[in-house]
Amino acid sequence: MENALLRVENLHKRFGTLEVLKGVNMALDRGHKTAIIGPSGCGKSTMLRCINYMETPTAGHVYLDGELFGERQSGDGFVRMSETELATQRAHVGMVFQGFYLWPHLSARENVAIGPMKVRGMSKSEANDLADAMLEKVHMSHKVDEYPERLSGGQQQRVAIARALAQQPKLMLFDEPTSALDPELIGEVLNVIQELADEGRSMVLVTHEIRFAREVADRVIFLHDGVIVEEGSPEEVIDNPNHERLRGFLRQIVEH
Amino acid sequence: MEDFFQKLMELGGPLLLGAGTTVAITIASLLVAIVLGLSLALIRLLGILPVNWLISTYVEIFRNTPVLAQIFIIYFSLPYLGINIGPFPAAVIGLGLNGGAVLCEVFRAGLNAIHHGQREAALAVGMTPWMSLRYIMLPQTWRITLPPLGNYAIALLKDTAVVSAIAAPEIMFWARNLVTSTFQTTFVYILAALIYFCLSFPLARLVEQFERRQRAWQ
Repeated sequence: MENALLRVENLHKRFGTLEVLKGVNMALDRGHKTAIIGPSGCGKSTMLRCINYMETPTAGHVYLDGELFGERQSGDGFVRMSETELATQRAHVGMVFQGFYLWPHLSARENVAIGPMKVRGMSKSEANDLADAMLEKVHMSHKVDEYPERLSGGQQQRVAIARALAQQPKLMLFDEPTSALDPELIGEVLNVIQELADEGRSMVLVTHEIRFAREVADRVIFLHDGVIVEEGSPEEVIDNPNHERLRGFLRQIVEH
Repeated sequence: MEDFFQKLMELGGPLLLGAGTTVAITIASLLVAIVLGLSLALIRLLGILPVNWLISTYVEIFRNTPVLAQIFIIYFSLPYLGINIGPFPAAVIGLGLNGGAVLCEVFRAGLNAIHHGQREAALAVGMTPWMSLRYIMLPQTWRITLPPLGNYAIALLKDTAVVSAIAAPEIMFWARNLVTSTFQTTFVYILAALIYFCLSFPLARLVEQFERRQRAWQ
């Protein structure tokens, strides 16, 4: 996978004495979708957050589009970029959080438009047009002027997805996008993500929704205790798990 | 009755003159306090330990000593360092430094009240830390701190009375002068209090108005 869109090499992350990631590798080709599954605390969110340097990895490297991400080579070693340099790279990676994190002082349209305006220097009318188009994609055209507090969780998450799409990102990261939602609101968010996947967008998705992961992803990674225990196509990993730990995990999920 | 109006004209004039100074001192020291308090609260976020200790020391000293003592020290001690300042700038510096300490805590609490995810979401769309502060954090801090900020402004307006002690020509300074020359103690002080009320009451309503507008998008 020399010209993979995303390459993660030997990623380690330590919080104090707690080693959360113990050397993780992955690669993602353009237009592909990888789902990361695993029990709580296995490090899957941390892994995702290391990809766009929301967390700085303790060791290892991330490459986006062949370019070193979040670091610069300096002599024989690597140095972390400044936050300002990093911002330029992060602009190419959309991220959707478990807690939505819409900005409460901005309307849905403003939430989507402010990034393109401030980061890419778009004019307000251009950015608003872009925002309206992105909100239409997530079926939120009827709520463009609403403030986040007046939206349901599912609607907020869809606006958050539109906000990430407005970056016109090379890669989308989803960090348990439905875990904070009431059960009846999960469907509308999963539908939107499915539609984006069908468009051929590249994405990495951390999720508890095993059935959804099976449908939407072309590759599944099972992370346990900071290492990848099993990976492969959804059929291999979810339908024919080899590893006892993975079997146990899938049984638990199904029972719920 | 005629006598009353004559008295009102005679005594009200100087008091109104003082009211102008009171308003000027309030606005100037409020600006100093806001700029200072917000800057310190933001600097504190950088997490440079020795700097944070310095800021905490400043905050604790100014919050735990009387503002009158602070103003006396500034007004009467700076000349020993070769710096001569009038009562007006001394009042503004004293009240401003004092307010900076109070508002530093107010802004810090406001910034802390914002979920860290708000900033992460800003960084995730490619904003620099400065943009995230400017467009995401500060507007929300403003909303959260507006009520305590408004209450502080109202308290400050009335607290400016202490600077009459260094002869800054505000309402209470004139009131005391008038009492000395006319012996109309009750009349003068009631009139002075009335002027404070007329300044403070609309300000309080204005703050309420602001709060209501900010709440529109809550």
